Amino acid sequence: MVTSEHTLMEICGGQTHTIMRYSLQELLPEEITLIHGPGCPVCVTPAENIDAAITLAADPRVILVSFGDMLRVPGSRDDLLSAKARGGDVRMVYSPMDALEIARKNPHKETIFFGVGFETTAPAVALTIRQAHMRAIVNFSVLVSHVRVPPAMEFLLSSSTSRVEGFLAAGHVCTVMGTGEYLPIAEKYRVPIVVTGFEPVDILMGIRESIRMLEEERHGVVNAYSRAVRPEGNPAAKQLLGEVFEVVDCRWRGIGWIPLGGFMLTEAYRDFDAMIRFGLHTEQSDENIVCLAGEILTGRMIPTECPAFSVRCTPEKPLGAPMVSPEGACAAYFRYGRHR
Amino acid sequence: MNDSGEFAPQCPIPRSEYEHVVLAHGGGGRLTRQLVEKMILPRLGNEFLDRDHDGAVLPPQEGEMAMTTDSFVVDPIFFPGGDIGDLALNGTVNDLVSCGAEPMYISLSLILEEGLAMEDLWKIILSIERASSTAGVMVVTGDTKVVERGKGDRIFINTTGIGSVVPGLRISPRHCTPGDVVLINGSIGDHGIAILSARDGLGLEAGVKSDTLALNRMMSVVFRHRKEIHVLRDPTRGGVAGTLNEICLASGTGILLDENELPVKDGVRGACELLGLDPLYVANEGKMLVILPEAHAEEVLSIMRDHEEGMESRIIGRVTEDHPGMVRMHTAIGTTRIIDMISGEQLPRIC
Repeated sequence: MVTSEHTLMEICGGQTHTIMRYSLQELLPEEITLIHGPGCPVCVTPAENIDAAITLAADPRVILVSFGDMLRVPGSRDDLLSAKARGGDVRMVYSPMDALEIARKNPHKETIFFGVGFETTAPAVALTIRQAHMRAIVNFSVLVSHVRVPPAMEFLLSSSTSRVEGFLAAGHVCTVMGTGEYLPIAEKYRVPIVVTGFEPVDILMGIRESIRMLEEERHGVVNAYSRAVRPEGNPAAKQLLGEVFEVVDCRWRGIGWIPLGGFMLTEAYRDFDAMIRFGLHTEQSDENIVCLAGEILTGRMIPTECPAFSVRCTPEKPLGAPMVSPEGACAAYFRYGRHR
Repeated sequence: MNDSGEFAPQCPIPRSEYEHVVLAHGGGGRLTRQLVEKMILPRLGNEFLDRDHDGAVLPPQEGEMAMTTDSFVVDPIFFPGGDIGDLALNGTVNDLVSCGAEPMYISLSLILEEGLAMEDLWKIILSIERASSTAGVMVVTGDTKVVERGKGDRIFINTTGIGSVVPGLRISPRHCTPGDVVLINGSIGDHGIAILSARDGLGLEAGVKSDTLALNRMMSVVFRHRKEIHVLRDPTRGGVAGTLNEICLASGTGILLDENELPVKDGVRGACELLGLDPLYVANEGKMLVILPEAHAEEVLSIMRDHEEGMESRIIGRVTEDHPGMVRMHTAIGTTRIIDMISGEQLPRIC
């Protein structure tokens, strides 16, 4: 089927992981290159947000609650796990609703949830905030750090150095948001965007469909994950998102400002913003200059090309987020692809 | 009802004026004596323990002796499939089996937190009694300490085990040889998932029970028939992946696993997928990795399968000269990937 070279990008960290874990590149012809996108919300959380979380965690009145994968990501100095070791009340949950439970059980402290994740996670956080509002739980707030995928794709495509000819779109984001947001992007940049799942066969199908479209010089959006994704997405989740969050420009760590790339709380719910409640302001912090996360996240470099990879930067002593997060490209390469 | 919901008749706790452990129980005085005499000796007593010494004087043995030590800090102390008492006894027995020894004597050191319910201590002692009887080992000496509330975590247990090495066995990770095969006696990841599902806040209904079990009865029969076993190891913390990596590094060989042969229970697979865990890295407490020349594999498998604890025994991989020091795996879809040493703590306080 393949008559010329093609470069595809998969957006989601979970897909990167599957590709590496099953060595899918082994099964592909040489002409196809897979590059990894910034689909790791943990990796793109600005260092200053992590610093803010650490500052809040150090406050004896605060219980800082987070997903597990954020705990070891370094901010500009250290990470939440170190804050915990220094005596901060830092707790891990699997669901934001658990954070609300913690708030309920600890009325004399402020429970702050570190809200990180794409549109897949944001509805659960929105639900939690709405519940807090309805149940008048006043000692609960959220450090908002949610981001959106389509603006990041636009940003990557609009770069003059972009090598990306087609995308495997993140299947679970589309389960929530549907496929509509990708149509204008596919049209404007004339690229195939194939909504793809996470099992090895799903990814191979997504690749095959993208290559077929490229070979036939077609562009547009195709849903190759129809068992989980409908074009309209999940209307209830979208409605909830729209009620609690609004779209805003924001910084993606390692990449820079992405217009409309993130979420903030709508006015009705802004009371729940932890930064406002605690009067914190973030300033862009200096990044470790050795860490080349930005190049990795935008697909300009693969982890093994980074001079620090597995030498100075390892999962035990990470220099940057992509080595810490299980969805980070550097972590995936370290675990599965280091010795190739 | 025990913690897995099965009805298991239990001996009622001896009457005492104390419903909870107090500091004086560790003081070495009257209360310590009462605790030992009422709760421990009646269940664990034997010719050595009853002698009331500070230590046990053991009869002379022929041949080499193996000794192991272990501490148990599992949280929670009761979980589906067992409790910290089971873990302590079975874990120590299995460590001795990994040395190619017949386990014989165990020491039992308890560190109790002030406020521990006597009912809980009693259940744990009963578990230790049951486990030691099943394994055919004796608790010959022990110690009890109590720490203030907040300075412990209900109960910690430390053990030492002594066993007699089976003559003719030369077990060592360095003996892992290209051409050998890797056997395991059953499904992986059960214990770690059982612990996780018993921890607060997870709401997992995986129905998975810990596989904690003493393997000496089964392995004793194996040892009688086959001495050409090269490596034995129980894959506890770090799971099968961690253990095999250690063996590869020690022996300078490579190991190639077959993903299609890895036995994983559905409940474990589902829980792992949900939590982003890999069963290969999840702790086991009733499993033994056996590495031996391929020529003897069928015979050993047949012996293992004759025992309940080995009914699902199978070959999961082979030892190779390729990729020395590294574990790789043929994946279910036909590609090959590396099974690396995990860094950091996947699941704290698992055993």
